[in-house]
Amino acid sequence: MNLKVITNTGDYVLLMLRVFTKPQKGRIFWQRLLNEIQGLGIESIGIVAFISAFMGAVVAIQTAYNIDNPFIPLSMVGFTVRQSVILEFSPTVISLILAGKVGSRIASEIGTMRVTEQIDALEIMGVNSANYLILPKVVASMLINPVLIVLSMWMGILGGWLAMSAFGLVTTTDYVNGIRIDFEAYTIFYALLKTLFFAFIISTVSGFYGYKTSGGALEVGQASTKAVVFSSVLIILFNLILTQLLLT
Amino acid sequence: MIEAKEVDKFFGDHHVLINISCSFEKGKTNLIIGQSGSGKTVLMKCLVGLYEVDKGKIIYDDRNFSEMNFEQRKNLRQEIGMLFQGGALFDYMTVEENVMFPLNMFTRQTKEEKLDRANFVLARVNLENVNRLMPSELSGGMRKRVAIARAISMNPKYLFCDEPNSGLDPQTSGVIDQLIKEITDEYGITTIVNTHDMNSVLSIGDTVAFIYNGELWWKGNKDTILHTDNKELNDFVFGTELTSRLKQ
Repeated sequence: MNLKVITNTGDYVLLMLRVFTKPQKGRIFWQRLLNEIQGLGIESIGIVAFISAFMGAVVAIQTAYNIDNPFIPLSMVGFTVRQSVILEFSPTVISLILAGKVGSRIASEIGTMRVTEQIDALEIMGVNSANYLILPKVVASMLINPVLIVLSMWMGILGGWLAMSAFGLVTTTDYVNGIRIDFEAYTIFYALLKTLFFAFIISTVSGFYGYKTSGGALEVGQASTKAVVFSSVLIILFNLILTQLLLT
Repeated sequence: MIEAKEVDKFFGDHHVLINISCSFEKGKTNLIIGQSGSGKTVLMKCLVGLYEVDKGKIIYDDRNFSEMNFEQRKNLRQEIGMLFQGGALFDYMTVEENVMFPLNMFTRQTKEEKLDRANFVLARVNLENVNRLMPSELSGGMRKRVAIARAISMNPKYLFCDEPNSGLDPQTSGVIDQLIKEITDEYGITTIVNTHDMNSVLSIGDTVAFIYNGELWWKGNKDTILHTDNKELNDFVFGTELTSRLKQ
């Protein structure tokens, strides 16, 4: 087991050394980057917005129903939604969701290319296949994921407000006042920095499992599952480490 | 000319290629034949560098491929075209983009020049009006022909074909065989074809190397193969109902 972890880590590092080299043809790299931004980012907007809005609404409703002490102002609902969405929900939970959606897509796409010999075809032509296939995905994820996370923050806070307004639990004034209480811009920086780390983990780990796939359709499915599981585990682990490092 | 000199290849404890020395001549269709699992695909992958040989050398026209670094191999590979068993066309590209891919990566030609070349090689493999189709919209035979077109788009000196007839009906197989033969003669390419199809052997086998249990067991051509007293080769050649009846 330990030997396998060491071997996989070594293989991962060696692959990354091949990935992070200068693209062989700049124009083709930019084309692929735009395609990946579309595939990995733009196509995730819907699911990110939907989940964020509903989670924001649920956090707001739960907070509102649990404030039964008259000394706690109702503006705390807005404050709680803001803090939970910005600090943890958007960067971490949405990254976990993206690990599932984007990670499985990356691993299955590259894994399928491996088992159908498309990667061999690239190598035979003299193309650095690791760089050609994985680098645009890594760069695209690191560019677009922060945008998705900012969108998620907006949608979470908006969802909370909509729920409060719809059910008449907290007035708009209280909710907005709560959002403004003790706001620190550093929390946004903290969230976006975490997002960048998580985007790197999702794209490189999924790319690694896709690239080392061998066999057939069954192995592509297994690679996809491993990519999601290991990305998620690493996100949770690095969330703890980064939180400790950045908030103390 | 391509030469394999005293090549050995192991997978773990399994000795897959045993001291193989063989040369493949320029301007000829050189066939590697053998049963499934005999090592012919491994030999071909060693020849193109997808597998590293454990012992011995691969020589391309007096250039020692085994001792080349990544950059030197990259340059040599631009002289190689390869037709994979399943075609290995890039799923996300149209036929035209597939054929133009090596030109986009490695030449400084204008778009019009690349398009002209793509149309020329597609016409050469008897494919017209398919430029905008995706690989998934093509039949097996058409996919193979597009793969041949892509393989010859860079005017290769060396053409490798891994089981070009697998999954094709006998008539289409004949068409693909003839196409490979014509292209080899026309451009003076060193062509190596990996097959276990006896029709191919008898129609295009300028030289034939029989691999048996990882060893070079017999070498000859399409004329001598039917008159050998080599038992293992006779078992292979006359192993089907059709060929054994013909022999009788």
